[in-house]
Amino acid sequence: MSRRLNYREAMREAMHEALVADPRVFLMGEDVGMYGGTYAFSKGFFDEFGPERIRDTPLSELGFVGAAIGAALGGMRPIVEVMTVNFSLLALDQIVNTAAAYRHMSGGQFSVPLVIRMTTGAGRQLAAQHSHSLEGWYAHIPGIRVLAPATIEDARGMLAPALADPDPVVIFEHAGLFNMEGELPDDWTVDIRSAKVRRVGTDVAIITHGGSLPKAMQAAEQLAAAGIEAEVVNLRVLRPLDTATITASVAKCHRAVVVDEGWRTGSLAAEVMARIMENVFFELDAPVARVCSEEVPIPYARHLEEAALPQPEKIVAAVKRMLG
Amino acid sequence: MIDHHAAPPPAGPVPWDKDFALRLLADMVRIRRMEEKSAEMYGAGKIRGFLHLYIGEEATAVGALHALSPEDNIVATYREHGHALVRGLDMAAIMAEMYGKREGCAHGRGGSMHLFDRATRLFGGNAIVGGGLPLAVGLGLAAKMQNENRVTACFFGDGAVAEGAFHESLNLAALWKLPVLFCCENNLYGMGTAIERSESQTDLCVKAASYNMPALRADGMDIVAVHKTTQDAVTRARAGQGPMFVEYQTYRFRAHSMFDAELYRQKAEVEEWKTRGPIHTFSARLKAEGKLTEAEFLAMDAAANAEVDAAVAFAEAGTWEPVEDLLREVMTPENAP
Repeated sequence: MSRRLNYREAMREAMHEALVADPRVFLMGEDVGMYGGTYAFSKGFFDEFGPERIRDTPLSELGFVGAAIGAALGGMRPIVEVMTVNFSLLALDQIVNTAAAYRHMSGGQFSVPLVIRMTTGAGRQLAAQHSHSLEGWYAHIPGIRVLAPATIEDARGMLAPALADPDPVVIFEHAGLFNMEGELPDDWTVDIRSAKVRRVGTDVAIITHGGSLPKAMQAAEQLAAAGIEAEVVNLRVLRPLDTATITASVAKCHRAVVVDEGWRTGSLAAEVMARIMENVFFELDAPVARVCSEEVPIPYARHLEEAALPQPEKIVAAVKRMLG
Repeated sequence: MIDHHAAPPPAGPVPWDKDFALRLLADMVRIRRMEEKSAEMYGAGKIRGFLHLYIGEEATAVGALHALSPEDNIVATYREHGHALVRGLDMAAIMAEMYGKREGCAHGRGGSMHLFDRATRLFGGNAIVGGGLPLAVGLGLAAKMQNENRVTACFFGDGAVAEGAFHESLNLAALWKLPVLFCCENNLYGMGTAIERSESQTDLCVKAASYNMPALRADGMDIVAVHKTTQDAVTRARAGQGPMFVEYQTYRFRAHSMFDAELYRQKAEVEEWKTRGPIHTFSARLKAEGKLTEAEFLAMDAAANAEVDAAVAFAEAGTWEPVEDLLREVMTPENAP
């Protein structure tokens, strides 16, 4: 029987399941314990599993992310929660120079079975230092897998395979999704290799991930009302990208719009567009378009923030421009 | 102002039996000869990239590592050839790695700065200053959570003390009472910057104390002092009493790397420190106590040179990893054990 729950509950269930199933799994990060998690993802865990396994850390992102890498090398299966992607910049050295490079520079002697979770994205009037969408940066790095759960099913199903992965996995959870409710299907297992078509269409492929997925779905409904059937692809895995699913959808629709909350220049959207060009150029009936964040630090004022981010209306407009 | 002058050479009785004393002396000689040959091979173009020699600092790695056990974890820096060798990594595998050959300990993927050895729990060769400290905290955490009787010894230089990673790591290890030894090899220079030009507080033990972590200081040129001090720290950590900071006051006789013209220190200072060289001062003490003869020393030196020659021959005969395998070891292969 499918059941209704929200994104936060789905992720909480997934962590709970992992903590029960494997004594090597533990959660560490800022306020994951007594506070119950900044976004309440670990509410109740501290009492149930104790302070050793639900480990509150000081405000030392570099230190505790590096410690999680060491704990993984030492035989544990840490889930480290970095409160937000904004603060992950303080830990970037350990993620890029140690976690991602470790297996390769040791000639394959050591793998780092580590899961790093962090909140990403804008849309809550938190201004320039709390609104980054830098998952595209992370997707640039060889040696890590990058996930962006965008649905209830993704939130429930991605953690288990991420923990089973012998290499570092970085999971980006968009804050705009946490209260989203939906049906969790009976089979919610997720493979962390492939993108998924969330809406079938024929006229244009809208390719997106994370917090932009609901916006793309809204845009698709508006387009349908105008007689345009959009296919919506949820990338889910940002590294390595599932090129086959992307190109299959574009080859079918012959048009593509890439939606990405990252800034336009050097964005993940640019990479998706490049792959479309490399693989299905001759299938295209129009140049590929993208809807990204504007090139500005995210402003505080609501109307300005909304103008800076991808919105359903911008996606609809991009599709209509393309179709003439 | 910190005193750059060398103290009097290490002296005094050696509280070890002959066999143990000669083993430690031999390890210092092995490092010295390996490093000299590495410099030569760098000049010959066989070794490339960055090469950081440990010449002058041998007593620190040898004395400290002989106070540790095989089940312990070692985390090191980019000046780690000596640590790798003493820990038990085959000199031939080290040399082949520096040559970039497939037969190297990391198949030529790491080079001089990234020597790893799973068998002896050597967790690298880290070329980001301070980068190994958080890792050591995590290894200590894993040992504690799994009730393993394992101490993690993390080596780093005085330069790392200025990094945020140092402060975050000492705090975490002390807060969580982890079995981690922070082994600071203070050679007075972070690359070309003297410690008093980079630290407002040059007494490094004071920094550890501010994290409620006990600190010990040892003359890093005196292998007896290094060994004794490390042993005390290991005993405490193994007993579950938490982390410890150990400062080894040592000196690098050679340049920082092969690209260093040494404009930042006086030749006289280097010469003065050489009078405290760990190998000749220790040899002299052993000879005075009748634990070493000149013939024994020469035999030891000849054995080290033979080991070096064999390592070079192994590296020379080594093969290059095929370019078709370039992308290997980025991710763990499916079905890996």
